[in-house]
Amino acid sequence: MRATVVGAGVAGLACAVELAERGLTVEVLERTRRLGSGCCSWYAGGMLAPWCELESAEPLIATLGAESLAWWRAKFPGTVLAGSLVIAHGRDSGELKHFARRTERFEWLEGEAIAALEPDLAGRFEKALYFREEGHLDPRAALAALAERLTSLGGRIRFGAVAPHESERREAGVLIDCTGLAARDVLTDLRGVKGEMLVVRLSDISLSRPVRVLHPRVPVYIVPRGDGHYMIGATMIESDQATRISARSMLELLGAAYALHPAFGEAEIVEIGTGVRPAFPDNLPKLRRRGDTLYVNGLFRHGFLVAPALARRTADWLLEGREAPEVMQ
Amino acid sequence: MNTADTLTLYGAGLRSRLLLGTARYPSPAILTEAVQAGGTGLVTVSLRRESAGERAGQGFWSIIRDMGVRVLPNTAGCHSVKEAVTTAHMAREVFGTPWVKLEIIGEDDTLQPDVFALVDAARILGEEGFEVFPYTTEDLIAAERLLEAGCRVLMPWGSPIGSGRGLNNLFGLTALRARFPEVPLIIDAGIGVPSHAAQALELGFDAVLINTAVSQAVDPARMAGAFAQAVAAGREAYLAGPMEPRDMAVPSTPLIGKAFLG
Repeated sequence: MRATVVGAGVAGLACAVELAERGLTVEVLERTRRLGSGCCSWYAGGMLAPWCELESAEPLIATLGAESLAWWRAKFPGTVLAGSLVIAHGRDSGELKHFARRTERFEWLEGEAIAALEPDLAGRFEKALYFREEGHLDPRAALAALAERLTSLGGRIRFGAVAPHESERREAGVLIDCTGLAARDVLTDLRGVKGEMLVVRLSDISLSRPVRVLHPRVPVYIVPRGDGHYMIGATMIESDQATRISARSMLELLGAAYALHPAFGEAEIVEIGTGVRPAFPDNLPKLRRRGDTLYVNGLFRHGFLVAPALARRTADWLLEGREAPEVMQ
Repeated sequence: MNTADTLTLYGAGLRSRLLLGTARYPSPAILTEAVQAGGTGLVTVSLRRESAGERAGQGFWSIIRDMGVRVLPNTAGCHSVKEAVTTAHMAREVFGTPWVKLEIIGEDDTLQPDVFALVDAARILGEEGFEVFPYTTEDLIAAERLLEAGCRVLMPWGSPIGSGRGLNNLFGLTALRARFPEVPLIIDAGIGVPSHAAQALELGFDAVLINTAVSQAVDPARMAGAFAQAVAAGREAYLAGPMEPRDMAVPSTPLIGKAFLG
């Protein structure tokens, strides 16, 4: 049996790998010329934080996320399981209580315990929430690892292609569309939610796990990427244009990092990126069939967090006819 | 309930005195549920300038339009007259309404309105045919100037935006209500729980605008429903004419004629 996956973002590659591992011959078509260019997965935070996300997401995200966390650990050795830390500055301490009220599987930490986890944050925060079971990964390394795994399973990625040629349509087998916002002509309830991010480099301090800095207006997270690199993200703007980062967004992102630790003031800005997340009105991912194409879309800000769980459901549906009502309604 | 009790803003009748902001909901679907549960007839939408471009924010705007309620675009996050006027122009284009909630922030920490800039911007927009809903303080003179500038509705704060502290300056707000009995006054900002909203309506304010208290509730739709009940109760109480508080206890049963049990 053959399958053709359109789109080499995290949804597409996770589906491709899952199907290839279950014995299908898989080809991925990617419209750009290079892995990651032009897809929002490239700009992701890579936090595998099912329980933190409960702050603003439905319980389904935690369920899919917990499942995906195990998948990543099995498939991608770069997956780090060091938990995540959530902090707020003194005057915003109400935000921590609010966060705690809506999330689960965390413990409250006080000054010394925070310092034990992140020595460079010693003395800076009185209280934090620690989500011990959560993880993170470098999204770009993870995409590359999935592409490699696909190749080793006999699959391939064809760049510069958007759809199978008419002549190939018969051999293409099942068609799985993971093109994000590009599918909105068919999935008309999709919308774009723009995100802006930065990558900085600094050597004065080091963090071992994602840190979320809560703030009533500008919540920001900082994810260690290794080698002194940190991703700072990410804004959420109801817009489908990924054309630019505004000065205000950049100020907010950098301001939050600087407030976390003044050492970020000396950091080198390595990259400025923007992407547009595809989202349905309930901000939950969906599997849909339209004609002979299966659509996996609407992963919103949870791409890496839920893609493996969706890939599994896609494969279960295709190969065993087993439906997954939680993502199909 | 008195069905003839309609809130009229710039000539438009509204079925509910609960107005909802649309920011910071977990998802547009939950926002839609909250709007339905609250029975609200008017939502405010903040326009980020970059979303106003060709098609940029269409996904979100079309969800708002599909709710079938009136839209009051606002100039949230603007810090100057010029910025607010530009944003109002864009809002008119995107939503096709002359209504605009004019918000000009004077200070980032308290998000306190800059009433001086507000008056200037209200005058400019009024002359251009906008119907302006200014987000202001309880200051009487600022209110007077805004009315002179052409505003026919005022939106005084209860307390700072997002603080959830309710009606901070009861004396000032009551004075504002008494001074402008004919002007629709909508409490905007600072309402934290339904009892705050009920209190505002009991005092004779015409409506409340709620955002954070609903959008950040664990169950936003349910909270919107709770606010709807509080607003209805507060309005009914106002129309029913609340008793005056007294300094001394007054027995509700007259003592004359009470059986003498000795």
